[in-house]
Amino acid sequence: MADTPTTKKFAKGERSIPHHSQKASKYYPAEDNAAPKKVRKSIREARVRASLTPGTVVILLAGRFRGKRVVLLKHLDQGVLLVTGPFKVNGVPLRRVNARYVIATSTKVDVKDVGEDVLKKASESGYFTKDKEAKKPGEDAFFKQGDKPQKKETSKDRVEDQKAVDKAILANIKKEAHLIDYLSSTFSLRKTDRPHAMVF
Amino acid sequence: MGDVEISTSQWRYVEVGRVVLFSGGEYDGKLAAIVEIIDHKRVLVDGPSKTGIVPRHSAPLAHVSLTPIVLPKLPRAIGVGALKKAWEKAEVDSQFEKTTWAKKRAQFQKRRQLNDFERFKVMKLRKQARFEVRKTLAKVRSAA
Repeated sequence: MADTPTTKKFAKGERSIPHHSQKASKYYPAEDNAAPKKVRKSIREARVRASLTPGTVVILLAGRFRGKRVVLLKHLDQGVLLVTGPFKVNGVPLRRVNARYVIATSTKVDVKDVGEDVLKKASESGYFTKDKEAKKPGEDAFFKQGDKPQKKETSKDRVEDQKAVDKAILANIKKEAHLIDYLSSTFSLRKTDRPHAMVF
Repeated sequence: MGDVEISTSQWRYVEVGRVVLFSGGEYDGKLAAIVEIIDHKRVLVDGPSKTGIVPRHSAPLAHVSLTPIVLPKLPRAIGVGALKKAWEKAEVDSQFEKTTWAKKRAQFQKRRQLNDFERFKVMKLRKQARFEVRKTLAKVRSAA
């Protein structure tokens, strides 16, 4: 190491002498150094609304499935929700959504029968992203643009998980009249609807 | 041209004894009787109804709607107690509840309280009812 102090022998003893780069400066700086601001923010755990309990039917407001009414399964980290359509009812798969972009309704579906292990598996990081191909820009990708896109195969694991989750929920959904139709329909505002005055 | 029967229109008058319905404001949806006419824009009202009391006060006519109910032969500036008796004798509350107006009001109020799922159910059941009506209508039409 360059900055290590050296020891020097004198007549009577030894002394460790700091490296020259460690020596105190001879002069004060002409201008004060700007000290960086102390960060006063802290990373807090995201808290979702009290109305978003597992089993709540929520209306998705953004993304590919906007307008769909889906069942909330679990809270993931940082205000992310794990939802399912169920896929068989309205085509929404097991999916992560931002809690800020949903409307919580007062309708509940019993989700107690959903297997704990499946939920745990789905909430692990990488579950939704591991099969994704990295987009690679380049000549190859450019010339492939004209080709017909190949149909993506859903991995068998994901299909199995989806089925396991849906089976448990569907049995409970069928118990209540009209609920299955409700979930398969989409939400939208009409001319006379005033969302601020509506009860959900 | 044939004979045309002419009858006068049935105006609802601003008169002492007329029952009015408040729309908007503090007494929204409550009934009261006109006790005295102050001028052409204001009346003195008093509502001893069981569903919601309107204390005796001067109210602008713009804030109330005239109902078809009139307390018969109410003397001007009748007292609170006597008015209550007349009100109960005329059965104003139950009479008003029978009107289509009151029923529609109640329906609108109820519909406003429904949640998303209940709204959906109402929509679905109305569709079913409409379908049945149209089906029978089509049957009658084809038979005729």
